[in-house]
Amino acid sequence: MKLIGKLFKDAPLATRREITPKLGFALTVLLAVVWLIPFLWMGVATLRPASDGINLMAELMPSLKPTLDNIRDAWEIGDFPRYTLNTIMICTGILLVQVVTITLAGFAFARLDFAGKSLIFYLFLMQLMLVPVLLIVPNLSLVAQLGLYDTLTGVMMPFFASAFGTFLMRQAFEAIPTELEDAALIDGASLLQRIRHIYVPLSMPSFSAFAIISVTSHWNDFLWPLMVINSPDKRPLTVGLSVFTATAEGTQAWGTIAAGTLMVIAPLLITFLIFQKRFISSFVTSGIK
Amino acid sequence: MRSISRRDEMSFAEPAALPVAASAPPRLHILNRFSHRFKTSLPAYLLLLPSLVFLALFTYGAMGRVLVDALYQRATPRAPVRFVGLDNIAAVLADPAFTGAVVNNLVYAVGTAIPSIGLALLFALALSRTNALTSALRAALFLPVLIPMVAASALFLFIFLPNVGLLDYYIGRFLPVLPNWLGDSDIALYAIMVITIWKNAGYYMLFFLAGLQAVPEDVMEAAHLDGAGPYQRLRHIILPELKPTFLFVTVIATLNAVTQVDHVFVMTKGGPSNATNLVLFYIYQRSSTTTSARPRQRHC
Repeated sequence: MKLIGKLFKDAPLATRREITPKLGFALTVLLAVVWLIPFLWMGVATLRPASDGINLMAELMPSLKPTLDNIRDAWEIGDFPRYTLNTIMICTGILLVQVVTITLAGFAFARLDFAGKSLIFYLFLMQLMLVPVLLIVPNLSLVAQLGLYDTLTGVMMPFFASAFGTFLMRQAFEAIPTELEDAALIDGASLLQRIRHIYVPLSMPSFSAFAIISVTSHWNDFLWPLMVINSPDKRPLTVGLSVFTATAEGTQAWGTIAAGTLMVIAPLLITFLIFQKRFISSFVTSGIK
Repeated sequence: MRSISRRDEMSFAEPAALPVAASAPPRLHILNRFSHRFKTSLPAYLLLLPSLVFLALFTYGAMGRVLVDALYQRATPRAPVRFVGLDNIAAVLADPAFTGAVVNNLVYAVGTAIPSIGLALLFALALSRTNALTSALRAALFLPVLIPMVAASALFLFIFLPNVGLLDYYIGRFLPVLPNWLGDSDIALYAIMVITIWKNAGYYMLFFLAGLQAVPEDVMEAAHLDGAGPYQRLRHIILPELKPTFLFVTVIATLNAVTQVDHVFVMTKGGPSNATNLVLFYIYQRSSTTTSARPRQRHC
């Protein structure tokens, strides 16, 4: 009780005796614990030796004889280094092209006046409505026609233009004082030089927010790469994990599945725990992704 | 300036100009203005070009192809296309698997949006003040948002496993008879919903946390002075203030209900007996069973 009182010590005086907010808080704490159980199980099951048998698999108390066998098995059965490399290549490839396209388009919308501006703006806006996932079938046949079926480029291509990124950069560029650009103009800087040396360096927070959203969403993408990729050695992590899970499920190797899942999500979780604040604020701006 | 001088010039040179002749220079003039406007717009178009190319290929083009493909049909992959009007749409609507998927998707959308938004609001209200504990709790609730749906499915596959799974292991001690969570066609869709709620509530919480920042401090203080209880403050101050957030989150939750189907693929493949088939999964299944969308079977 004293602990709860301490937690609410910065609450307004009038509300300090109310019971409902405290009940809500207690419920949230309880649910947060429930929310963590799948992760807890993943960690415990990864370290559990196979000798504990299937009946103890669900036990959340860690085994007294922890083992790394499951991690080794998962590493050997699934081609995780290869999958990780493919996912990294897909995410970096998409991000690099996106950074170029959204910078140029964002600048055009922020600073240039041109015929048909609002029409083109609405064309961009349409991409936010027509979620790319829904167009997997026509996009797959287009990728095949371009000869990009079963290539990583084919996986990346539909995401090269980003309306969300364009709007984000437009907002960032609009906030930059025009005086800076005028000074560069007087010094004879070309359009691209002005973008490169004035707008881009001053918009780094927006770029990093966009990078976080772009990388997490494509790191987690599943259905689209599943359709485009056919060869096992080109699978990204998500597709690799689903194949791995389907195989290991057949042999009831739950410890190995837990270890595989852990390997897939560890990079994102570690990055999140380091850059927690930045992640959260990026996700708030990402409502439209 | 230019237009006046031109008109003057005209009136002196050709005082009795025919209407046809008189209309020609202004048209040229408009053309000139257009080309001038285009010339000044050119840098912007060049900057937009890379984005527009990809948008045209993968968004507008794809949309157009969907509309055209919906009206045409080919009997075999090499046969010429034939206009069939609304036959394709009628065929889809007559397919019980499709209508079933639409109904499932509606149930799924309502059944995931309402609980996850409700929970998100609860979390945001409880964790609106910032201290070390609330930050840790926010992070815990946000973790599922980050991980791939496929990874979440792999974990929940075990949680829902009959007899030895996490749920049965712990609940089974109190309840002797438990259903087969993913194998029972009456329950499987709800089991699938649990994952979605677990994964998305933390995401929506962020928007409510941001929305709560906008609730004016002085109005809250006035409410305290007037002796408004927690329910009254929620009902009359906080909820009206969060209205735009609710709208926004509802749109995102609906979009997610349509576009997130990875867990269906990993856990149930739409089964048992189509009980968890959702529209996007139906589309995926259809495209991977018909030859025309399967490039690997074509020789090109």
